[in-house]
Amino acid sequence: MPYELFAAALDPVQQDYLLEARQMQAMSFAVHIPIVCFGIAFPALVMFVEWLHLRTGDPVYLTLAKRWSKVMAALFAVGVVTGTILSFELGILWPNFMATFSEVFGLGFTLEGFSFFLEAIFIGVYLYGWDRLSPRMHLLSGVPVVVAGITGSLTVITVNAWMNNPGGFRFEGGEVVDVKPWSALFGNDFFWHELVHMYVAGYIVTGFLVAAVYAWGWMKGRTGRYERTALLVALTAACVAAPVQLIVGDWAAREVAKSQPVKLAAFEGLQETTKGAPLNIGGLYSESEGKVKGGVEVPKLLSLLAFHDPNAPVKGLESVPKEDRPPVAIVRISFSIMVGIGTLLAALSAWFLWLRARRRFPESVWFWRAVVAAGPLSLVALIAGWVTTEVGRQPWVVYGLMRTEEAVTGAGGIPVGYATLTVVYAGLIAGTIWILRRLARVPLEQAQAEPPEVPRG
Amino acid sequence: MVLILAGLAAYAVLGGADFGAGLWELGARGPRGAAVREHTHRAMAPVWEANHVWLIFVFVVCWTAYPTAFASIASTLTVPLFIAAIGVILRGASYAFRTGDPGGREASALSLMLSLSSVLTPFALGAAAGGIASGRVPVGNAAGDAFSSWVNPTSLLVGTLAVASAAYTAAIYLAGDARREGLADLAETFRKRALISGALVGAIAICGPIVLHEDARPLYDGLSSGAGLVAGLVSGIAGVATLALVYRGRFEPARASAALAVAAIVAGWGLAQEPTFLPGLTVQEAAAGDATLVAIAVSVGFGLLILLPSLALLFRLVLSGRFDPGRELQDVPARTARSPAPAIPLAAPAATAGLGAAVTLLFEGWLLGIGVALMLLGAVLAFLLFAAPEEETR
Repeated sequence: MPYELFAAALDPVQQDYLLEARQMQAMSFAVHIPIVCFGIAFPALVMFVEWLHLRTGDPVYLTLAKRWSKVMAALFAVGVVTGTILSFELGILWPNFMATFSEVFGLGFTLEGFSFFLEAIFIGVYLYGWDRLSPRMHLLSGVPVVVAGITGSLTVITVNAWMNNPGGFRFEGGEVVDVKPWSALFGNDFFWHELVHMYVAGYIVTGFLVAAVYAWGWMKGRTGRYERTALLVALTAACVAAPVQLIVGDWAAREVAKSQPVKLAAFEGLQETTKGAPLNIGGLYSESEGKVKGGVEVPKLLSLLAFHDPNAPVKGLESVPKEDRPPVAIVRISFSIMVGIGTLLAALSAWFLWLRARRRFPESVWFWRAVVAAGPLSLVALIAGWVTTEVGRQPWVVYGLMRTEEAVTGAGGIPVGYATLTVVYAGLIAGTIWILRRLARVPLEQAQAEPPEVPRG
Repeated sequence: MVLILAGLAAYAVLGGADFGAGLWELGARGPRGAAVREHTHRAMAPVWEANHVWLIFVFVVCWTAYPTAFASIASTLTVPLFIAAIGVILRGASYAFRTGDPGGREASALSLMLSLSSVLTPFALGAAAGGIASGRVPVGNAAGDAFSSWVNPTSLLVGTLAVASAAYTAAIYLAGDARREGLADLAETFRKRALISGALVGAIAICGPIVLHEDARPLYDGLSSGAGLVAGLVSGIAGVATLALVYRGRFEPARASAALAVAAIVAGWGLAQEPTFLPGLTVQEAAAGDATLVAIAVSVGFGLLILLPSLALLFRLVLSGRFDPGRELQDVPARTARSPAPAIPLAAPAATAGLGAAVTLLFEGWLLGIGVALMLLGAVLAFLLFAAPEEETR
């Protein structure tokens, strides 16, 4: 998309707290995105366990499915509120972005609203329908939850893909005209790889986080059939997803190389456009010197990875004016963290899959220690990956078209809102951890004896 | 526009009842309070999320179909919208945290949080609506006053009306639910509350025209003539009828008439403002391009086709008492016991995923897509093969 001049729908204003506004939005996403992972992956895992129960009649699966469904419900509720805040913030913080472009991408959110709605309805049916609906009907009532978990994240990702790779409209006299909302969102080159990348990440994060909890218990001697089942399901989900993510990540990087060369240059801190560009592993970017220091440099590897041709030219940061470049150091370090952790997780997965292929169950204490570490690490990789793509998009809110500073609100008091939201979110996170610990401490027998849906207290 | 108003009406009726239920937990103390609390929670817990999504629906349709107006509203009314957002977090959190069956002190703290946010949120949203209705939100990026746009007589009126009518509808619904569960005592409690809050709503409604006459003349003119007047009268009649029905203890028809009264007021607001959206901006001018509007209409149409039966299912299950305590199915026979792990040869996932990975790495376009699909299929097969503990089949 060429760099065209256009008139924003509202007058851009001077906002002294642009950075705070960005941080407030970033914090809200950082709180929401782990919940999204659970929304994508967890219902499918819960349903898989319930299906195992239907298939075998073994009560241990039923107990597990019931207990997990309570966790799913609690996290969904947290997701509802954190997601609502995001939609408030889009308007409160970025009115000019919304005013100018939301007729192009708004459809994505409309569809998201519906899948969210469906998810909310059937999560209610699923949760309160244990023992009230026939087993088969109950399992079926979970299907819309899984489907809506997919379509909900799908439609939001269409919007993000559009922001990174805008299209589906023309400018005429500085105004957005000739809008084609369907092709803008679903005919977007960025949509597919972002979707698959996020979706696979959902399984990795959910699987490793859940597995980490049980692995911790495993090392403390909680090694019953219940824990074993939980571990196998969660760990298998994560471990089949993590190797796939390496390949998907490579695909995503190739797309970025094609459409957002400056972002790719920021991943590697590459200044000048270079033929046969090298790849530096582990080095940090120094803003003052404008180059990557330390680390190991592999000749021609960047060209090879990005274009599958060792001599392909890779555009450098200098191909665009200074004010059009993202903050390189942050993008570089978060990209390195994502790739590094992703590779470690894939290695751990290979270990696990190798054992399972020989019908063995992991015994080594080092394996369980690695799984305990993998939970939080997968979360770090998720957030790092998201920082990579979103900070890498800067200074644009709509890539190449609208700067973030043009989108921001003219309202005052952003630091007050930021501080308030920080306090509220700190409470929310603390409360969520508290509730999950509480759910985990309910003894197994009690959970079996008492149906979970009768609220007490 | 009709969609937004319909969504707003649905939110006012269902979300309102939700807020009201939270509100009634306020001051619920002692054993009796615990009964009240448990009842309201049981009534709302299965449906609060679904009720709540109407608000998001209004937001997304509004910003897609009327981008400029939405942005002007959000940037001028930042403060009340932010307050509402915080209220939404606290409410959702208190529902979420209750799934952990908290003990006495924690439960009352959560209950207090729920009640306070249930007052705060509808008031803030009502105040924001009052700001729009009284023409205090000009077009532009934060062009209106950050405070007087929502701290003014009309906003105060709409805000209190929102809180009071939420309390009113919730009390009626809860009374109905209590009767269905055979809790006559509790039903009577909520009947009294419904009558008191109903009287309060009536009092505010009577003050309404006076305030609007002084503070928001165009809105007053719209509501005192033509279709606006009709909607206002329908709301008034339905409100009085509801009061009478509640007094005689007929909660089921009262549910419907209370919903009608609230919906009619929202419709009346829309009709009274017509054709103006914001000062100097008509609904026509504010609308997005045709392609976008068609896309919204199509997706909302299809969406409703799926959504309405689902909603009907949820409310039927809840209102018919299927989710009430003591309605568990007994001794559902288990299916024939089979091995948990499906018989998949190890080579299948390995080959599929391997081929998929190779194709993904080497090709572009359609072939790449097929490669990704194969890879994911391989992962799913591997999951099915490995996730079930085959050693311990019973």
